[in-house]
Amino acid sequence: MDDDALVAALRAGDEPVFCEVVSGYHGAMMRLASLHVSSRAVAEEVVQETWLAVVKGLDRFEGRSSFKTWVFTILANQARSRGAREHRIVPFSSLEADEKTLGVPGERFQLPTDRWPGHWSEPPSPWTDVPAAALEGKETRALIFDAIRSLPPHQREVIALRDVEGWSAEAVCSALSMSEGNQRVLLHRARGKVRAVLEQKLHHVVTA
Amino acid sequence: MTSYEDFPCAEAVAMVTDYFEGALSTEDRAVLERHLAWCDWCATYVEQLRETIRLAGTLRDDDVPAPVMDVLIEAFREMRGS
Repeated sequence: MDDDALVAALRAGDEPVFCEVVSGYHGAMMRLASLHVSSRAVAEEVVQETWLAVVKGLDRFEGRSSFKTWVFTILANQARSRGAREHRIVPFSSLEADEKTLGVPGERFQLPTDRWPGHWSEPPSPWTDVPAAALEGKETRALIFDAIRSLPPHQREVIALRDVEGWSAEAVCSALSMSEGNQRVLLHRARGKVRAVLEQKLHHVVTA
Repeated sequence: MTSYEDFPCAEAVAMVTDYFEGALSTEDRAVLERHLAWCDWCATYVEQLRETIRLAGTLRDDDVPAPVMDVLIEAFREMRGS
């Protein structure tokens, strides 16, 4: 169903269509909301409030973005303000200091006075020896989720939409009102930090 | 031609996302790819980022809990139903 048909059906009070779209978006909405608030229960409330706002605001939807983008924009705003009220999420302050090095701490590279300035001094060790079970396990997923949650808000939203939900760069820029360049910088930092968290954990698996 | 020394790993690492996103100039892309063909460490780094992206994409599940669906359907009926 295309957006026009979908919105028309919703405006006309088509219940099966409403249920379908609520179910279809639920996982993605819960994950996005969970990044901002302290618990699953609160995330559920945020998702619920978002749908109520969507139903109420249907007549105001003008189709300037896709319906999905519109819903997620409302969700992001609700989740953000709810999270801000909770004051629960504290970004890694130590990682913020490394922003300029774009994803990898500067001390991992050689100094200007070293033999190969700017080249790795502490290179990443391959994950090829990591057992698949450890890499694909629940624990690794939880670790990634926590790592994403701990990112500064914009990085968190960009990586969640791009890499977890698989949105296109364009859709993310539109939902979060940011330039493509800015989106790439945020994505780069976010991915770099999540990789670093994985590296730390997988290193222990290999050496254990 | 850029030599290994002239193109430090730190710079390669800084370019990876633009590389994945297709946002590098043809020239930068060629320089980076040459570096990656040569430097196992950076190639490992790039490989791990791809892996990170793939793993992030596995964070999915969820059905709508019945009580939430009930509340929403009721609100939908109230606001939209004829």
